[in-house]
Amino acid sequence: MTKNIILTGLGIFVLAVLSPFWFNMVTTTQAKPSPELLGKAKTEKKCVLDKYDMRANHMSLLDEWRDSVVRDADRMYTSANGKSFNMSLSTGENSCLGCHEDKAKFCDSCHTYASVRPYCWDCHTNPKEIE
Amino acid sequence: MMKKSRRSFLKVAGIAAIGLGAAPAMNFASTNAAHPVKSKNQTALTAHRWGMVIDTNKVTEQVVEHVMEACHKAHNVPDFNHEVDEEKFPNTRPVNHKQELKWIWEEHFKYAFPDKEDEFLAEKFLDLPFLVTCNHCKNAPCVQACPTQATFKREDGIVLMDYHRCIGCRFCMAACPFGARSFNFRDPRPFIEEISPGFPTRTKGVVEKCNLCSERLAKGELPHCVEASEGAITVGDLEDPESEVRALLNENYTIRRKQSLGTEPSVYYVM
Repeated sequence: MTKNIILTGLGIFVLAVLSPFWFNMVTTTQAKPSPELLGKAKTEKKCVLDKYDMRANHMSLLDEWRDSVVRDADRMYTSANGKSFNMSLSTGENSCLGCHEDKAKFCDSCHTYASVRPYCWDCHTNPKEIE
Repeated sequence: MMKKSRRSFLKVAGIAAIGLGAAPAMNFASTNAAHPVKSKNQTALTAHRWGMVIDTNKVTEQVVEHVMEACHKAHNVPDFNHEVDEEKFPNTRPVNHKQELKWIWEEHFKYAFPDKEDEFLAEKFLDLPFLVTCNHCKNAPCVQACPTQATFKREDGIVLMDYHRCIGCRFCMAACPFGARSFNFRDPRPFIEEISPGFPTRTKGVVEKCNLCSERLAKGELPHCVEASEGAITVGDLEDPESEVRALLNENYTIRRKQSLGTEPSVYYVM
């Protein structure tokens, strides 16, 4: 008799404890960011590093680029995949924003989701916002 | 059960050892070919030590105005006389004109060359405008003063700033005997009439100064002041005896600002 009560109680307890998981299984969330590739970036396909490397390490790459440009005056970057880039965040055709035209739909979509606030744009200017 | 002789065991072990060594070696050989390379643009202008010669006979009020405008516009230097757009920047507090920012500006002789002031100085110098800017000194005191190496001397002699790294301590401003540096006491953006996309703005809390248009030299273009000066300003390699600046220095009597301090300025004035 007590065995049945204990088992049902245990069952209810497990269901209750795992409720967030059940809840997630039956509902869908739209929170995951989907950065959009627009304009040149859409047709170009190849970035400096491959997609997953870029996603994980773009901040280190930018850091390296900054030191190279400011300290050594080297502004051209020929990446391992053979393409050359102008080491600049926002100036010129061959810069980051030159290819990824829409900062709001590309940079910001993930940054907002992850609640990171890089202060790049306190100084650097988005050519689209100037007009 | 197979029986292994000592001999056959050593054979297998030897082959296995070669195999272990081969994998890293092959990896090394294959990745070596595709390392990223950082380089200068092919059109970039280079020098051993950049310097500037300003012909004071050619500097008029009009030239001064053009030079200042070209430089400050291109580098997004704020102008506190600019009326703030209330819609974009609401509640901007009133300006303090003592906090103005400047990269290149006009100065009277007595302030530009205080050690050369004289009771009987030729009268023409009294109201002649002198263009002054960062001297990109050979022994730059600002570089020594900077605790974060935000200000540094580049190999080609330009005294440059890494704004990312500036903590706004203003030691460099105290160290510079020429007043060539300005501090951003406030966000400069409301006071920039039209943001130039070719150069970033600065932010509140960093020091700024002339960078000898290093962003233009990298593209193979001469600095803005040279282009706007109608021939009054020449920029070139001081250590190249064949350069235009050296020819000017050879032909004319030139002075530098506050030479006695020993900072070895790289900006020369043809008198």
